[in-house]
Amino acid sequence: MFEKLIQYLQYPSVQYALIVGVLIALCSSLVGVTLVLKRFSFIGDGLSHVAFGAMSVASVLHLTNQMILVLPLTVLSAILLLRTGQNTKIKGDAAIAMISVGALAFGYMLMNIFPVSSNVSGDVCSTLFGSTSLLTVTLADVLVCAVMSIVVLAVFFLLYNKIFAVTFDENFATAVGTKAKRYNLILAVIIAVIIVLAMDLVGSLLISALVIFPALSAMRIFGSFKRVTIFSAILSVTCAFLGIIASILLSTPVGATIVAAAVSAFFVCLLIGALKKEKHT
Amino acid sequence: MSLLSVQNLVLGYDNHIIIQDLNFTVNAGDYLCIVGENGSGKSTLVRTLLRLHKPMEGNICLGDDLKPTEIGYLPQQTVVQKDFPASVREIVLSGCQARCGRRPFYNRQEKQLARQNMERMDILDLAHRCYRELSGGQQQRVLLARALCATQKLLLLDEPVSGLDPKVTAEMYDLIRDLNRDGITIIMISHDISAAIQYASHILHISKKIFFGTTEEYLKSDTGKLFVAIESGDSIV
Repeated sequence: MFEKLIQYLQYPSVQYALIVGVLIALCSSLVGVTLVLKRFSFIGDGLSHVAFGAMSVASVLHLTNQMILVLPLTVLSAILLLRTGQNTKIKGDAAIAMISVGALAFGYMLMNIFPVSSNVSGDVCSTLFGSTSLLTVTLADVLVCAVMSIVVLAVFFLLYNKIFAVTFDENFATAVGTKAKRYNLILAVIIAVIIVLAMDLVGSLLISALVIFPALSAMRIFGSFKRVTIFSAILSVTCAFLGIIASILLSTPVGATIVAAAVSAFFVCLLIGALKKEKHT
Repeated sequence: MSLLSVQNLVLGYDNHIIIQDLNFTVNAGDYLCIVGENGSGKSTLVRTLLRLHKPMEGNICLGDDLKPTEIGYLPQQTVVQKDFPASVREIVLSGCQARCGRRPFYNRQEKQLARQNMERMDILDLAHRCYRELSGGQQQRVLLARALCATQKLLLLDEPVSGLDPKVTAEMYDLIRDLNRDGITIIMISHDISAAIQYASHILHISKKIFFGTTEEYLKSDTGKLFVAIESGDSIV
């Protein structure tokens, strides 16, 4: 088995897959902490459905570069969703549910009315659950992903203290002059970018798992924002790495395997957290 | 000149007026208690003083070189904060946001200030503890230390003792009184009239009829007499 693994790791496509997977896991876990704490866990799910809808429009229009349409539409929805957090007639969770299922239905309908390939259900399935194998990742994908990840990481690092302040207490932050709205907007854009990037890897139905599980796991064990952020990044990267390796060895679907790894990690953290609490009391 | 003066303020949401013709002034060193029943608009007033909410009419003037971002705010706890993984130090330090401005990280002076305020609130030993594991009184001290990082002059406290037991409530009131004696101006929202009368120098009572004046004047006024009568009646029962 080990030899098989070594052999696989020689292939550029496997290496690309690992790089892309690790970068996406890293970025999504960082934003995940804030999203979970802001009670926006499902935003990833909603946005990925929007991305799915946009993707089907793009393929119906025969766009060669689907990103041109998918990215702006997803960013726009993210901004709208985070804006509706407070002070609106339709509350946050309802707005997310509405946009999410609406886009999903619309996208599936379009794909059936204007089938681009002969295998519509195959296309739909891989958009929803990610490609069955990662061997389609190209060098160009890796480069796009690397650039986006560096930007996301840099923005998160530089705005870390502001993001903490706005997440913990938006009113206090605004009162002392921090532009909470601006940081929420930046956050929305980052989330949308990550989701569009992660679509190919884990598929639109499973992205929110990548966003919330590492954060929730880390929150079981640690009690400071910095530690939770760092640990959730480490955990997410580890799960993505092991998940991809396992999917190659066991020939399982990549996205589902990564998420399964993240879920198992969550239960381990839950246990550790419970033991830690017991020790204290 | 007064630290804060409110002139002909009209507050409300979507054409629905909650408070009209509100006038009051706060001078440096004052201890103002804002009392009134639930729904009388106390919270809206706080949000307006912090510029989180726009008044329908009227002005809020700041004097004595008080910048709008120099009001230390102690908010009521939100649901989000109840299980928020943050250490005490991280939260107190976030009170330095305004000083920090666009700079991405806190500098040594700001860290020092956070430390001093943790010492002042007697929570230095809790610095690395997780906020959600603390008792209600300890959590309030943390938020008070954060507010002190934001201001040297004016604290705005929104129901600082809600949910605390009587002993901790008394400690909290003493703590606030000490801060006031150290020269920090206090504006406190409360529905605890007896504490307001005991500690405050001025009282603003918001109801259909608005009263503003010193505590002595309040006790002689009709609103005050009525309220005190009801309060003492309650405690006899």
